[in-house]
Amino acid sequence: MDIPYTVVARRDTGLTNGKIGIWLFLASEVMLFGALFASYILIRTGAPTWPRGDTILDVPLATLNTIVLISSSVTMVMAWASLMRHRFGTFRIYMGATILLGLVFLVVKYFEYSHHFRLGELPSHNNFLAIYFTLTGLHGLHVIGGMAVNAYFWGPGAKLWKTNPVWFTNRVEHSGLFWHFVDLVWIFLFPTLYLL
Amino acid sequence: MSDHAADAATSDHAVDIDKHVRIYITVFIALMVLTIVTVAVSRFHLPVPIAVTVALIVAIIKGSLVACYFMHLISEKKLIYAVLAVTAFFFAALMALPSFTVSDGYWIH
Repeated sequence: MDIPYTVVARRDTGLTNGKIGIWLFLASEVMLFGALFASYILIRTGAPTWPRGDTILDVPLATLNTIVLISSSVTMVMAWASLMRHRFGTFRIYMGATILLGLVFLVVKYFEYSHHFRLGELPSHNNFLAIYFTLTGLHGLHVIGGMAVNAYFWGPGAKLWKTNPVWFTNRVEHSGLFWHFVDLVWIFLFPTLYLL
Repeated sequence: MSDHAADAATSDHAVDIDKHVRIYITVFIALMVLTIVTVAVSRFHLPVPIAVTVALIVAIIKGSLVACYFMHLISEKKLIYAVLAVTAFFFAALMALPSFTVSDGYWIH
């Protein structure tokens, strides 16, 4: 039996099931990160002193990662636009670039983390580092998850393009929505953790 | 599934895709400029309340650009807006929770 409403929108919602599904999932993700941001505000405002992020963290590396992640959002949306133009080869290039940029983000994060670990700056060191590692760690897991899904659509999942191109295009759009959300979270994490 | 039905599902996005691509490039440039602005402002070492306000305003502008154009929220169906309105309400409530600690005791008496 076919999965319903993957290509044609439901009459009552005006959306495909995948579209409404990914947005409901993103709504739950907003609350997940929201809970952690609220905890951050609570701990920071309750602390007698709080260090500026740039005295502990590496701002140039984080700025580089911001540029990398924003660029990956553009390549992601261009991958989807390529499918809309029926250019599968171009899709592969843009999707591959998105995955590679995600990898660059994680490698930069690895260098940041390993630098802190060498200095003995573990999450247990103080509240600032506990919050830093929790928020960026959870965000990093989302990057890995997004990369895994994108890699699937770049590789084995791309077979769907031959049999049902509209469904495949919709799936890439949904994957893109998640990837843009990951970018959006970083846009708020960067100033709140590194610059203030 | 007929080709006509399949085309109908993505007809909204298929319209004028070249124009969309030009918008994506413009948004990308705007996001880069705003990232530079965020870092540059932090170099001034403004008082914390002002620095937080400026950083959040820039982040909200950047986030809105990503949500509106890359996530296509600028032309989405009403149900998505309804889901996001509920999410925004509870997110705002979540952000307001820490402020209760400022008025310790007020809620007890």
